[in-house]
Amino acid sequence: MDFADSPEEAAFRLRLREWLADNDPGLPPSSTTDEYWAGQAAWHQTLYDAGFFGLSWPTAIGGQGLPSVYDVILDEELIAAAAPPRPSVGYLVRGLLEHGSDDVHRRFLPGLVSGRDRWCQGFSEPDAGSDLASLRTKAVLDGSEYVINGHKVWTSYSDAADWCLVLARTDPDVPKHRGISAFAVPMRQSAITQRPLKMINGITREFGEVIFDGARVDATNMIGEPGEGWRLAMTVVSHEREPGELGYVARYGKLVNDLVDHVKAAPAAFGAEQRRDLAWSIVEAEMLRCHVSRRLSDRLDGIDHGPEGSVDKLLMTEVEQAVGHAAISVGGSAPGGGDDTWLRVYLYSRAQSVMGGTSQIQRNLIANRILELPTK
Amino acid sequence: MDVRLSPEQIALRDSAAQAVDKLGPATVAQLDDAERASKLDAAIRAAGWRELRTPSDDGKPWASAVEVAVVAEELGRGLADAAFLGPTLAADLRRRSGAPPTTASETVALVRDLSRLAEADNDADAIAVDALGASSALLLLAGEDGRRVGMVFLENGTTGADLTRQVARPQRGSRATALGGQARPLPADDIARWLSLGLAVTCADLVGSMRGALTLATKYAKERKQYGEAIGSFQAVQHLLADAHVAMEGSRSIALHAAWAVDALPADDALAAGAAAKAYCVRAARLVCETSIQVHGGIGNTWECLAHVFLRRALFSSEVLGGVGANLERVMATRGIGGEYGLR
Repeated sequence: MDFADSPEEAAFRLRLREWLADNDPGLPPSSTTDEYWAGQAAWHQTLYDAGFFGLSWPTAIGGQGLPSVYDVILDEELIAAAAPPRPSVGYLVRGLLEHGSDDVHRRFLPGLVSGRDRWCQGFSEPDAGSDLASLRTKAVLDGSEYVINGHKVWTSYSDAADWCLVLARTDPDVPKHRGISAFAVPMRQSAITQRPLKMINGITREFGEVIFDGARVDATNMIGEPGEGWRLAMTVVSHEREPGELGYVARYGKLVNDLVDHVKAAPAAFGAEQRRDLAWSIVEAEMLRCHVSRRLSDRLDGIDHGPEGSVDKLLMTEVEQAVGHAAISVGGSAPGGGDDTWLRVYLYSRAQSVMGGTSQIQRNLIANRILELPTK
Repeated sequence: MDVRLSPEQIALRDSAAQAVDKLGPATVAQLDDAERASKLDAAIRAAGWRELRTPSDDGKPWASAVEVAVVAEELGRGLADAAFLGPTLAADLRRRSGAPPTTASETVALVRDLSRLAEADNDADAIAVDALGASSALLLLAGEDGRRVGMVFLENGTTGADLTRQVARPQRGSRATALGGQARPLPADDIARWLSLGLAVTCADLVGSMRGALTLATKYAKERKQYGEAIGSFQAVQHLLADAHVAMEGSRSIALHAAWAVDALPADDALAAGAAAKAYCVRAARLVCETSIQVHGGIGNTWECLAHVFLRRALFSSEVLGGVGANLERVMATRGIGGEYGLR
């Protein structure tokens, strides 16, 4: 049991630290302003080109083939350098790796991993939120192509995406979970319209909705077998719930460090309650760092896609919202000088208990699959 | 980095689990079974778990704080009513002082609110913790050249909130005396490391209490029926238990790191890790233990239900070396944003 670096890990850390000293793009933390997303593609490619992205993914798809725990080192060094967090595409990579054929791996994963191709995820619909399996978007085979009609929503980064991982119903005659298939759909076609949704903190470049009106996708772009879409979706969302896959340890570490610096710059302006809220956010962020170290260590002998992601999601949410509470406590609702960064951090934090599966759904999953409580 | 327990640590965990499952109190009534309790005490003694922090030939402890935490978690889970925390902390303090190990049953004395080690000038208020069977307790003595480790003799122990562990007062009129054989005053770093050990061990005990309380409540929720269904099938109950499980898992992760930090990080970083873990585990333990009582309904509010024994044990572990308040102050001091206690 050792949290310390092995000699190889220490050498990697040093190399990364030296590289970060010259290559920090100075972006704000993710999801605080539109500025982050505008610069994220370049940051992704910079990290990738230097060999610091996709650390634990196979080399065949552009990863570095390193043990899972290297992601902890990356997150820690991003925090120390005050650099932006790594792009969160790990859950898509895991889904395609687990369910896609060799052909799918070869065609799609290198572009996704390198950041050359931008991806979004078309799962939720206006009438299929927590009850995702009731989705109504349809894909019908027409020659060598599927024709897709439907409406997707909460599609993060739909405005910039080249590809969308779409869940669509291919068989309406079987029980709802079994009639769904997954496709890699090219976004650049006239039968697809996307609209941004403005979030409560004012950002417009994160959330979107996407209309498929006779969009076409080659049948070879189906990921997995017909009817495998639900299982793929469960693989994707189980990893979308993992802070280790998302790189959010770095996101919270950066936010907390910025808050600490803010308080230290004018200590007299902050009282006991604000310091206490900030201290809790420090403790919470530290907990998540330790927790991700534990989870990624458990993966050293191989990955699984179990229900533990729901535990991780609730812990991540607890941290995000504790940091949010510290941000509004320290920043206040009427900040002087027009800088409302901390208000935006706080408001964004409310989404964490909804996106990727609500906290209530996570609790159901933990109760049934981990605690093995009976279902009604 | 590989934070999985080693095969040896897993074997240690399993033998601690076996001992407490066989000899710990399985019911509230068994708390009064002195013969059982003395067998548990004998088993812990025979296993040598109280000596993990005594010096080996090179002066370093026999085992790291991780091994201590592994044992503490299982003893907390099984509500072990035999001393472990106190003798372990006394052995570590004695080793750091350079004084030879003792064969006497010894613990440590803390200040009145239990938030830190007692010093001789306030020893009238000192309270020896986990004092079952202990005849003496260690504390700090201020001197011209710094602080040394002293010893006081103890009155007989009594039970407080925690039904599984005792506290004791120093004997009235007895003065603390410096331990013989101390080559030098205790450096501040040693006091910080000792404190980080105490925080890590109390965190591990809290994690154990959480696991025990949650297992108890989950089992009950599967058995107890209302409206013709097991109450564990209702979302309202499921969500309480799921939240408790999540709080326990987060605590486990941060407590594990705090235990590793004791011997692996610079003293102040080890203390910062311990303080963060303690604040987190204390808040979580109250949530989990209170949830266990709530899920048990009326039964959970009766003396016969073990749920309150877990809560009581957690209350005491929480106060030993400080709860949320003292440890958030330590966290603030670490990051330079306040903290009236200072880092120590």
